[in-house]
Amino acid sequence: MNHAYDVSHFLAGLMLVASFALLYQDRVLAVLRTFALQAIILSLAVAWEAWAQDRPHLFITAALALGLKGIIIPLALHRMIARLGIHRDVEKVVGVGFTMLIGLGLTALSLLLILKATAAAPALAREGLAIALAIILLGLLMMITRRNAVTQIIGFMSIENGLILGATGARGMPLVVEISVAFSVLIALFVFAVFVFRIRERFDTVDVEALEQVRGDK
Amino acid sequence: MAETFIALMAQGAQMLLVLLVAPALAGLTRMVKARLMRRQGPPLMQGYRDLLKLVRKEAVVADNASWLFRASPYVIFALTWVAAALVPTFASGLMFNWAADVVALVAIAGAARALLALAGMDIGTSFGGLGSSREMMISSLAEPAMLLVVLTMALVAGTTRLPAVADFFIAQPLAIRVSLALAFVSLVIVALAENARIPVDNPATHLELTMVHEAMVLEYSGRHLAMIEAAGQLKMVLYISLMVCLFVPYGMAPADAGVAAWVLGGAFYVGKLAVAAAALGVWEVSIAKMRVFRVSEFLGVAFIFAFLAILLSFLTQEVLH
Repeated sequence: MNHAYDVSHFLAGLMLVASFALLYQDRVLAVLRTFALQAIILSLAVAWEAWAQDRPHLFITAALALGLKGIIIPLALHRMIARLGIHRDVEKVVGVGFTMLIGLGLTALSLLLILKATAAAPALAREGLAIALAIILLGLLMMITRRNAVTQIIGFMSIENGLILGATGARGMPLVVEISVAFSVLIALFVFAVFVFRIRERFDTVDVEALEQVRGDK
Repeated sequence: MAETFIALMAQGAQMLLVLLVAPALAGLTRMVKARLMRRQGPPLMQGYRDLLKLVRKEAVVADNASWLFRASPYVIFALTWVAAALVPTFASGLMFNWAADVVALVAIAGAARALLALAGMDIGTSFGGLGSSREMMISSLAEPAMLLVVLTMALVAGTTRLPAVADFFIAQPLAIRVSLALAFVSLVIVALAENARIPVDNPATHLELTMVHEAMVLEYSGRHLAMIEAAGQLKMVLYISLMVCLFVPYGMAPADAGVAAWVLGGAFYVGKLAVAAAALGVWEVSIAKMRVFRVSEFLGVAFIFAFLAILLSFLTQEVLH
């Protein structure tokens, strides 16, 4: 039991570190690679849960996480970045230090909150929920602080990584829900892609700050 | 009476060991770097020869140097030696190990650094002041991370006394602990910054724009420089010993062991030092130096990792108990 806990704690901790790395990176391609890494760690974590708790249907979740978010979405985003010609861009992230401090605060907040709220739940569920909430909040923070549309998409996707982690640690989502979430994320990617290319066509940039200037000049 | 004598001898042996091994350790790193660059490199004994040469040479002191400039090298050397001699190296229960509290060690190292920065400004050259201000910037960023690492160890092991921490980890079964891994990475970053190693400072450069440590000690010569150099080498031994003691204490002789166990522990310790020095050499050839303005981000990573380590170890304790 303790061994099972150690490994899942390790993998969840690594996912949290990957979330902070996402906040820290300022090169678009490096952000993408970090995201793929987080998805791969997620699939390892889910597979470990499936094996350790003998819940074979979680293997499907792990395979979905690896296939969709570890491989397909990063490849699609990679092509998108290449076509947009922003693969060398270094994003100006305002105040990395300040963002990281907020991230630490959010992490501490979610740990305290979940530990208080789930006092009666089993250890693995509390652990998974606490770290999952932290990853979700960090993804939101990333969407707020980034100005490049593509890195905002990656922030959104990392929120979904946190959701899957939380669901795995708890009782687990029904498979139908899980598959539909996975595919709606994939569809969201297509929608995002269309939007990003439209934004680029209209403003010659994927910096969302450009959107603010057109406000009101109808 | 005889037991006290043996205990005193063992403590003395440790003091001599760290002092004697320090130049060879710096030499080993330099040799690994040279070999990886396909150069011959100086032999391992070069560190000792350099120190001997510097001691024999005349010390040139600027006219307007105060007593602080003359006294600092000796005090810095003494403080660093004390700190390096307190960390448990080959045995965990030596005579003065009760004083080996990590917080105290951080304070001793901080005192030595403050003296060095003052001495750098004493002559009034612009280089010295520049080096001192940069050194203070780096240490003000590194020290919080260091204290957070200490706090992580205190949370996990229940104490900040090094021998007790080492004994605690030797007694524990091997397990994967993500918080300890994060704390280790954080401590490595802090150690690189404090010892003026490559991504933060280049120990081999005399180029004005990039110097930090070298800029502060530029005015020293002769026996003063020898003291400063020896203190720098001892500081590296101190940080590697600290890492070894906190994270891989295996092979250390227990508190009430005999001479044979001490010798075995010593062999383990020297082996671990050599591995660490070689790893440092490999790291230094494979990475470039950072701009000074990026150092704050690099050390920020150490801070974040140490803080995450605390949060995660807190989470484990809350969930499992």
